[in-house]
Amino acid sequence: MIQADLNIILPEILLAIYAMLALVAVVYTGKDKMAGMLTWITAGVFVLLAMWIGASGAGDNVAFNGMFHDDAFSRFAKIAMLLSGAAVLVMGQDYMARRGMLRFEYPVLVSLAMVGMMTMVSAGDLIALYMGLELQSLALYVVASFRRDSVKSTEAGMKYFLLGALSSGLLLYGSSLVYGFAGTTQFSGIIDVAGHGDTPLGLLFGLTFVVAGLAFKVSAVPFHMWTPDVYEGAPTPITAFFATAPKLAAMGLFARVLFDAFGGVVADWQQIIALLSVLSMFLGAVAAIGQRNIKRLMAYSSIAHMGYALMGLASGTALGIEAMLVYMAIYVTMNIGTFAFILSMEKDGQPVVDISALNMYSKRAPGRALAMLFLLFSLAGVPPFLGFFGKLYVLRAAFDAGLAWLAVAGVIASVIGAFYYLRIVYFMYFGEERDALDAPRSPVQHLMLVLSAAVMLLGVVNFFGVDTAAQAAAVALLQ
Amino acid sequence: MNDSLLSLVTFLPTFAALILVVFLRGEDEMAQRNAKRVALFATTVTFFISLFILAGFDPSNPGFQFVEQREWIMGMTYKMGVDGISVLFVMLTTFIMPLVIWASWDVQTRVKEYMVAFLLLETLMLGVFMALDLVLFYLFFEAGLIPMFLIIGIWGGKNRIYASFKFFLYTFLGSVLMLVAMVGMFVQAGTTDIPTLMTHEFASETMNVLGFTVIGGVQTLMFLAFFASFAVKMPMWPVHTWLPDAHVQAPTAGSVVLASILLKMGGYGFLRFSLPMFPIGSEVMTPLILWMSAIAIVYTSLVALVQEDMKKLIAYSSVAHMGYVTMGIFAANQQGIDGAIFQMLSHGFISGALFLCVGVIYDRMHTREIDAYGGLVNRMPAYALIFMFFTMANVGLPGTSGFVGEFLTLMGVFQVNTWVALVATAGVIFSAAYALWLYRRVVFGDLIKESLKSITDMTRREKMIFAPLVAMTLILGVYPSLITDIIGPSVENLISNYDTALAHGAAASQMASH
Repeated sequence: MIQADLNIILPEILLAIYAMLALVAVVYTGKDKMAGMLTWITAGVFVLLAMWIGASGAGDNVAFNGMFHDDAFSRFAKIAMLLSGAAVLVMGQDYMARRGMLRFEYPVLVSLAMVGMMTMVSAGDLIALYMGLELQSLALYVVASFRRDSVKSTEAGMKYFLLGALSSGLLLYGSSLVYGFAGTTQFSGIIDVAGHGDTPLGLLFGLTFVVAGLAFKVSAVPFHMWTPDVYEGAPTPITAFFATAPKLAAMGLFARVLFDAFGGVVADWQQIIALLSVLSMFLGAVAAIGQRNIKRLMAYSSIAHMGYALMGLASGTALGIEAMLVYMAIYVTMNIGTFAFILSMEKDGQPVVDISALNMYSKRAPGRALAMLFLLFSLAGVPPFLGFFGKLYVLRAAFDAGLAWLAVAGVIASVIGAFYYLRIVYFMYFGEERDALDAPRSPVQHLMLVLSAAVMLLGVVNFFGVDTAAQAAAVALLQ
Repeated sequence: MNDSLLSLVTFLPTFAALILVVFLRGEDEMAQRNAKRVALFATTVTFFISLFILAGFDPSNPGFQFVEQREWIMGMTYKMGVDGISVLFVMLTTFIMPLVIWASWDVQTRVKEYMVAFLLLETLMLGVFMALDLVLFYLFFEAGLIPMFLIIGIWGGKNRIYASFKFFLYTFLGSVLMLVAMVGMFVQAGTTDIPTLMTHEFASETMNVLGFTVIGGVQTLMFLAFFASFAVKMPMWPVHTWLPDAHVQAPTAGSVVLASILLKMGGYGFLRFSLPMFPIGSEVMTPLILWMSAIAIVYTSLVALVQEDMKKLIAYSSVAHMGYVTMGIFAANQQGIDGAIFQMLSHGFISGALFLCVGVIYDRMHTREIDAYGGLVNRMPAYALIFMFFTMANVGLPGTSGFVGEFLTLMGVFQVNTWVALVATAGVIFSAAYALWLYRRVVFGDLIKESLKSITDMTRREKMIFAPLVAMTLILGVYPSLITDIIGPSVENLISNYDTALAHGAAASQMASH
């Protein structure tokens, strides 16, 4: 029995063991000198794990009496997180090395965060949920303040920690209420109470707090305040990491809780999620208009994008989950490319974050500017790029669930949001030529940028099969 | 070859653009010349291949022809096809593009990118007229904004940034509302196939939205959502304000494409989507649209009268002429719709030519200010002749294609709403006023301005660009059935479906009230 259970969580166990072994090994050998190699090895381990999960898994396996689910949904999320994590690790390596930030703790902490995230999307119990969430968050608090000597970075870490702790508190409070009224912490037990006959009011009260706690993690308005500061303060490679895998994990966890535990009371949480969604879309669109710091701009952009992903969740149907997953997969791919570009923006060896520094970038590096153009229009949701199809997916799900007003609000917000993406295009293509940025140094960043842009265009042909996988994942989650 | 002819025509320019992007290096004169040649060659070949479409097209068949269909994502299909309504817009696009490229021979800055942008734009415009899948249509329709945004923004005039942003955001806002309606159609009808959707009957029961009673229900709402997009694209009064800005700031070639082809997408959309898919919604909104068109014709003609900038004047005249188009479409009878399509095609030649005329003197003097000119006839007799020809065509002189379109639409509308026809006819007089006055101020009089003393007449290249446009304007003017024969059966089909749907809807609502 226990062996079967362990078999199911083998990827998590292996990754945890790897992280600890790596830590010990590097401490006793070269310490920071080994960090570069360790980053690559970690990325390799991520990719291998992703391939293994993709090749091995089938069906719906439950471990530890329902604490842990291994199904198509969790596998979809895990593969996406592992691959994006690997991409972000390798593309940030050069940036960190040249600024003396490449310490061996970085890949180790990211691996531990990854274990936490993998637990999150597989959670079948409030305890497992909290465990995964905290494992992820604690590792991320540390990497946010990775630049010990920078006030901004430590401030970012501190802010992230305090607000994260607050949200954990909310979540725990909600969980305790749910436990009190349902009599169990297992999702399968909660769903038996919620939605069958009279749902206790306390349970819904608890649900609201759980949702608030999770909304912090996906940075949905009004729980978004930490995002711009943390994005700005953290070193750029770490910002790139924040913008990708953890967002996916939090969204996956969100879907788990809402559907596995509270799938019977969709009407009750639908209004909350819809409100979070519409607020996020509009704040993300409006607040970034005056923003010239590209990292803060991307923070608001990610808030807006979370709004669209939440629109998928709000519909409360299989189509909605599918839409959310497809949207998140596209969002993560776009962000990897965009951050690869941001990482390469520097002048005299110093990182630059002001978008006006992109003056006439298209003249000096037409290929890279074009790739960025693709990504920006994709972020704005303009066809023929994949970003548009992500929006189409969630709009269809929302409309299908009778949330036509949400769809209308979403598209209007997307027009407002288009402005700031266009402004970057304006600087790159129409601006005046002034002193140039340095030529890009890292071939890895270049590769990621080009790949991501190419995916945005070529994915239109068949989505690379992601939609079928997402569909299977959605069906698995609803079972 | 017949089963992928449309895709071939559509993607040939993209292929040429790819070749330019991948193989063409350098910024020297040689590279520039090669870029121009490749673009001209590709667009010309596209035109000749598109002649096969016209040759193989069977006018007596009102359905879609050359249909090709492939599986795509999300249950949508990649489906292309043309019918009598769209085939001529395809031809218009392939016809205009080589001329546009040729007219840009003097572009100096970033020539490769310029040509790539126009080639991609051609693909996207052709796709709009051929797509038979809602989302595919939207994809082409929206994606066209990107190259146009860049064309205005990079190669435009002084105030190009403002114009490009206004152009993009204005049209984007209109289109996303259409997107929501499209998603709604997708959800309700379960398909994105345009021919199927044309026969699908969307609900038309009166409903309440936010306290407003909406006659025609879902159909009216969806009609309005599509209207938001097409009215902006058209552009109809009062959402036309992006057009003068975009036209003035765009480079000559951009203006020509905008006036000749992009503006036609709105009218095409009304014919392809609004009338056949939401007949009851259309009927509810018809009076409003007819009056908006009449106002557009008179108001923008008056505005054109006081313009100082030549391009702006022609832009306003375009808005007025598009007023005839919307009026004809929503008259919803054979003359009206025939006239509307005719007017769109003829406006494609005439306004394109007028923008080229402005381009000719702009290239020489670098100003579009009307006051900076005068007496050009003394130094530029050929130019004066051609400019006069198109001025007359713009006014709607019988014998030119402009007359046929205006006459047919007015006749169509007269049968539906005499007052609208009366007001709109006044516009004909105004259009004569602003066009002839423009011509007098620019071409006639004494050549007293020092700067104009050395101006040269049109080169051979310029004359040759105008030749096909003159020919088309004349041929269509004296022999309009060349066009009406092709569009006739499809329009007839459209109208009979429209009338049946209305009768059906009326019967259903009568049943409901009993």
